Amino acid sequence: MAINFFPAEYEVIRNADRCIACRVCERQCANEVHHYDADLQKMISDETKCVCCHRCVSLCPTRALKIVKSDNTFKENANWQAQTITEVYRQAGSGGVLLSSMGTPKGYPVYWDKLLINASQVTNPSIDPLREPMETRIFLGRKNDQIRRDSRGNLITDVPPQLQLNVPILFSAMSYGSISYNAHESLARAAQALGTLYNTGEGGLHEDFYKYGANTIVQVASGRFGVHKDYLQAGAAIEIKMGQGAKPGIGGHLPGAKIVGDVSRTRMIPEGSDAISPAPHHDIYSIEDLHQLVHSLKEATHYQKPVIVKIAAVHNVAAIASGIARSGADIIAIDGFRGGTGAAPTRIRDNVGIPIELALAAVDQRLREEGIRNNVSLIVGGSIRSSADVVKAICLGADAVYIATAALLALGCHLCRTCQAGKCNWGIATQRPELVKRLNPEIGYQRLVNLVTAWNHEIMEMMGGMGINSIESMRGNRLMLRGIGLTDRELAILGVKHAGE
Amino acid sequence: MQREGQIRIPAGCSISGVISRSGQGICGSEIVRSIATMHDRSNGLGGGFAGYGIYPQYKDYYAFHIFYDDTAARKACEDFLEEHFDIVNLSKIPTRKIPAITSEPMIWRYFVRPLHTKLESSQLDEQEFTSQCVIRINSGIEGAFVFSSGKNMGVFKAVGYPEDVGEFYRLEEYEGYCWTAHGRYPTNTPGWWGGAHPFALLDLSVVHNGEISSYDANRRWIEMYGYKCTLLTDTEVITYIIDFLVRKKKLTLEETASVIAAPFWSTIDRMPEEQKKQLTYLRGMFASLLITGPFSILVGFTGGLMALNDRLKLRSMVIGEKGDRVYISSEECAIRVLEPELDKLWSPKGGQPVIITSKGGEA
Repeated sequence: MAINFFPAEYEVIRNADRCIACRVCERQCANEVHHYDADLQKMISDETKCVCCHRCVSLCPTRALKIVKSDNTFKENANWQAQTITEVYRQAGSGGVLLSSMGTPKGYPVYWDKLLINASQVTNPSIDPLREPMETRIFLGRKNDQIRRDSRGNLITDVPPQLQLNVPILFSAMSYGSISYNAHESLARAAQALGTLYNTGEGGLHEDFYKYGANTIVQVASGRFGVHKDYLQAGAAIEIKMGQGAKPGIGGHLPGAKIVGDVSRTRMIPEGSDAISPAPHHDIYSIEDLHQLVHSLKEATHYQKPVIVKIAAVHNVAAIASGIARSGADIIAIDGFRGGTGAAPTRIRDNVGIPIELALAAVDQRLREEGIRNNVSLIVGGSIRSSADVVKAICLGADAVYIATAALLALGCHLCRTCQAGKCNWGIATQRPELVKRLNPEIGYQRLVNLVTAWNHEIMEMMGGMGINSIESMRGNRLMLRGIGLTDRELAILGVKHAGE
Repeated sequence: MQREGQIRIPAGCSISGVISRSGQGICGSEIVRSIATMHDRSNGLGGGFAGYGIYPQYKDYYAFHIFYDDTAARKACEDFLEEHFDIVNLSKIPTRKIPAITSEPMIWRYFVRPLHTKLESSQLDEQEFTSQCVIRINSGIEGAFVFSSGKNMGVFKAVGYPEDVGEFYRLEEYEGYCWTAHGRYPTNTPGWWGGAHPFALLDLSVVHNGEISSYDANRRWIEMYGYKCTLLTDTEVITYIIDFLVRKKKLTLEETASVIAAPFWSTIDRMPEEQKKQLTYLRGMFASLLITGPFSILVGFTGGLMALNDRLKLRSMVIGEKGDRVYISSEECAIRVLEPELDKLWSPKGGQPVIITSKGGEA
């Protein structure tokens, strides 16, 4: 037997006084951590398989289980830490690229946590959202400020296609395949109930979900999976995915284990084949090619639908966004490098791209300096974790935000970061029928509605505190922010003053 | 301590205005009496006036009122003016030495029109050319500040109580068909002459009582269109927004009001289809020019006056009418002091523009 180089990361602590050997944990764990030893007449754990998803902890009827971080240690070394060492062992064993899921767990700065929000005192009254109107309705799309009038002098009110949302929060792209049918149903129904949009990702649109088209963004990515005429016409908007925050510079990854049944049919690819999207769009090698794809998609949909171009936040994001704003796109979505993914090469996830806060600030400022901020709306994602993050993003200049990790958390995700394995015990990032059915879309959609409703209440409270009663007066209102513990350079990029100034 | 323009100063205030519909002359001393009644609403750190129809003898020329910190600034600015304009008259603005007003800058007045050659090569219309020159002086020439630049109108402002400012500028010697006035209550500043109200660009002038919470959203948006907010005051950005919507986008004043004090969506949704379309269009296309937070403004322009409150009406404003004249003020007392017996006295609703036109603006 080969030497096991991988000590278990976690320990399963089972309280013997409480355990009744009901075997729920065994049935619930797709990773096969738990099993019942008939000879010993008790439950046994194989901790090396544990991903710390808490499914067994949550379902144990006698609360006999807890998962703790193992205190087993390598010889301490500030440079060669346990994670680094085990990754070397893993690659020495497999010869492969390391894969990970969800956003980077590394301790990069989170600028949201270094920004503070203003409130009114004395000279300007705060506004009480319980007693006064407080508006969070937004329109996404190109704005046309060329005033035209008819012969009677009335304004001609034709406008480029707009998306009207009740809340400044959209569900970000997650493909059917990377997540389950029930997860998609939950997102689609929640988007409809909330008056916002969800996003198909690059996996196509399941035929059952065409009815949610008015609340759907259909994505066109480099693999063109699931793209056909009816698909393009089914949604409220079309998103061209040029990049993703978790893996800038490469295409999507969906392991063959997840390409089964309906997923295969919806993507229009064979069952069991890995769906590895090309790194670039092979019809887009430069900005003028993007211009053509934008217009091809508009032609295909009779100029009725806004086109979103989604890019990863990379070093020269402001210049890229400026090019996109002149390409005919209606909306730019920027995805920061802390954003999640169903599967990405670990090294890319943890080392490529820049934080969304800095990218957003740079893009918004650049578009204003060039006088083209009106040409596009900005949606930002890549780790929006709370309503406060939403408020800060809008103050920095975003029109709206994308959330995905937070939405999955609402559905029960415990951020165990092993989506790529396809064995999600919560029925979210899996295609195994026995796991998928654990996520009840009836409950799932309600929890998503609850989350966004709660955030929107909080957004209104913070707006009211600032003396603002309509969300557009908060957009780009950077005086409402102050930095805390930031350098002059960081403050200059964010365009905010330091607290106390 | 940072001067206004380097830092944003919140301020509370009083405003007052009077207009003759038929265009009869109103003596400057009247508006001074009106604003003086609200002495307690200002704190001596800023007062000012705008008069319309006060320069009939030069009505075809832009009247530039300019503050200079020193002669070097004046020299630089006059060089610039001579390069771009035909100057038909220049002089110090007549003032009166009074103990209440001190540390005044040099205050000069020029009647000018753009040089033909410069205007043609700029490919701009006369107003745009002039406004760009004003913005260039104010943002580019250290120590020079053009605080009035319209035709047949003028702004007079200073650090002090408004009644003292009126006496300082000898306003009793001017007569116009419309006047507005402002008393300022800035919260934490020594006050700067340029930062007093009214703020004006071309013939558009604004006096404002309030503190808007949408300030930076408005500022960052309007600066895309060639404006530079050098004072960081509400009044400055409001003036630029109105100039942009009315002069550049050719919106009517009513349409402009429905952008900056837009009805709530819940109200728009209940409107008849055509009106709903128009208002949805205006709110959607000019979303970042919505002004939230408390404000009451008087917008002076050639031939009229517009009064507007924020849509929640977080600042007081009353209107009195008597015969030919209309009075608008933060408080009724400032109207009654001029006209004890009124035909009508009323308060406009939040977001409801009140527009009074005067024959005085006709050529």
